Amino acid sequence: MSLLKIDGVWKHYRGQSVLRGIDLEVAPHEVVCLIGASGSGKSTLLRCVNLLEAVDDGTIHLDGAEITDPGVDPDEVRKRIGTVFQAYNLFPHMTVLDNITLAPRKVHRTPRAEAEKRAGELLARFGLADRAGEYPDRLSGGQQQRVAVIRAIATRPRLLLLDEVTSALDPTLVTEVLGVIRELKATGMTMILATHEMEFARDIADTVCFLDGGVLLERGSPEQIFTAPEHPRTREFLSRILGRL
Amino acid sequence: MTEEARPTRVETVTAAPETRSWVKSERQIRREAELRRRTRRSVSVATASTLLVAVTVVVAVTASPGWPRVRETFFSPTAFTEALPDVLRGFLLNIKIFLVAEVFILVLGLIVALVRGLRSPVFFPLRALAVLYTDIFRGIPTILLVYLVGFGIPALQLQGAPADPVTLGVIALVLSYGAYVAEVFRSGIDSIHPSQRAAARSLALSHGQTMRYVVLPQAVRRVVPPLLNDFVSLQKDSALVAMLGPLEALRQAQIHAASTFNYTPYLAAALLFIALTVPMARLTDHLAARTARRHLGGGGRA
Ligand SMILES: Nc1ncnc2c1ncn2[C@@H]1O[C@H](COP(=O)(O)OP(=O)(O)OP(=O)(O)O)[C@@H](O)[C@H]1O
Ligand SMILES: [Mg+2]
Repeated sequence: MSLLKIDGVWKHYRGQSVLRGIDLEVAPHEVVCLIGASGSGKSTLLRCVNLLEAVDDGTIHLDGAEITDPGVDPDEVRKRIGTVFQAYNLFPHMTVLDNITLAPRKVHRTPRAEAEKRAGELLARFGLADRAGEYPDRLSGGQQQRVAVIRAIATRPRLLLLDEVTSALDPTLVTEVLGVIRELKATGMTMILATHEMEFARDIADTVCFLDGGVLLERGSPEQIFTAPEHPRTREFLSRILGRL
Repeated sequence: MTEEARPTRVETVTAAPETRSWVKSERQIRREAELRRRTRRSVSVATASTLLVAVTVVVAVTASPGWPRVRETFFSPTAFTEALPDVLRGFLLNIKIFLVAEVFILVLGLIVALVRGLRSPVFFPLRALAVLYTDIFRGIPTILLVYLVGFGIPALQLQGAPADPVTLGVIALVLSYGAYVAEVFRSGIDSIHPSQRAAARSLALSHGQTMRYVVLPQAVRRVVPPLLNDFVSLQKDSALVAMLGPLEALRQAQIHAASTFNYTPYLAAALLFIALTVPMARLTDHLAARTARRHLGGGGRA
């Protein structure tokens, strides 16, 4: 059974259709990369999945249960979904450790000692063991983004959403964040990533989806999408962004 | 100097970058001397012009035809020392009024600001009430409110309604300042970038938890300087309670002035208010400067 099932999802902003009948299934442990031009609807789709936006039509199921039903408590859904944003969105008034343990303690009612132990383990695993007591603005962009990833996975979500998590970073810092995502894939984390890093998408994705004007135009293995795209729009997009094909 | 410096510099250049030591260059020494010289010159110009203005004002005032009379009625040392103990005792009541009112103002202001931030349509009546309250009470001059509350509430002859003028005065101040402070809190809450809320909500924090752990701590830090500003003026406005009769500083000064036909007691009261507000104003400046530095310095957060 699929972990996430998106069926015919539509989203409009002020009369303009941003998502037009998106269908997408994500299996457990699968990594899906969303690619497409700016404004094609990648972020909007992710925001619909964690219910930051309400869909205008269609349904989304998580673990077989519909989450777009009006009777569903969004907080119960979000407990099972982790999100990492382009601009990190760390809480600037809290230390790294407090950023990470806030949701485990206040939402999941994990005792402080246990939450801090897990945070410490994750920090150590991603090379930030000595940064637990720092405030976010004392860290480099790459470090902040790694903390944001740790914060998102500290509650052991079923699904992790990552929205262009490297676009705010210097090229030299991109690698360290991508390394973290690679490691997460190795642990079997199910992920949906919106990304402009084509090399990375090719390397990490099980499935690549090409969005164009709110339509999921083409999907397939990275091999297929990057070497033999079927749709002319996909070909055009890739040749523009990769400068070849 | 250069002769001596040269060998050291060669040495440091060949050393590994992390052990390289800095020897101040000839040019930097000259540059710093020039900067010091310029600072000294501007300081002396500023001091001289300030003194000139002050002396002119003093000379103009003391040379004015009415000065001897003014000195007698406003600057009488005997009237001053006579009134000071009573005025000071009254001033302690001002401080008490101020402190008690401040606590209630903060609570009321925060509640009203939070109610205005509730988005669910269920809360529409509450929200409307909060808007009505801020609109009305920000519009009424504080002195008018002191009269209305101070004479209006006792006139109603309600069972259990406060009749003590100090309590009534505090209620009036709380109602008036609560509306201002609510707006200050609201602007602080609005100044927190929506992405902070999005991050908190996607961690499954509820609306209340998002406010409590993420939005409010940041908002409150930002509004401390404007809040202190409001409290400087609250300190002064504690004197408005005098209209209702309690023997606070202004009332004491009035009593002394009326019995001696000398206005020096007012000066004593004024000095006491200044003694309290000046440190507070300096603290506000200091905190505002610190907030500004933080905002400029803290890049990379959204
Ligand atoms: N809150 C909003 N209000 C109005 N329009 C919006 C809103 N959010 C997104 N849009 C519009 O929806 C469209 C899709 O935006 P979205 O952010 O999903 O694109 P994207 O694929 O993530 O682009 P990018 O690669 O630039 O991040 C855009 O045309 C955008 O202007
Ligand atoms: Mg986007």
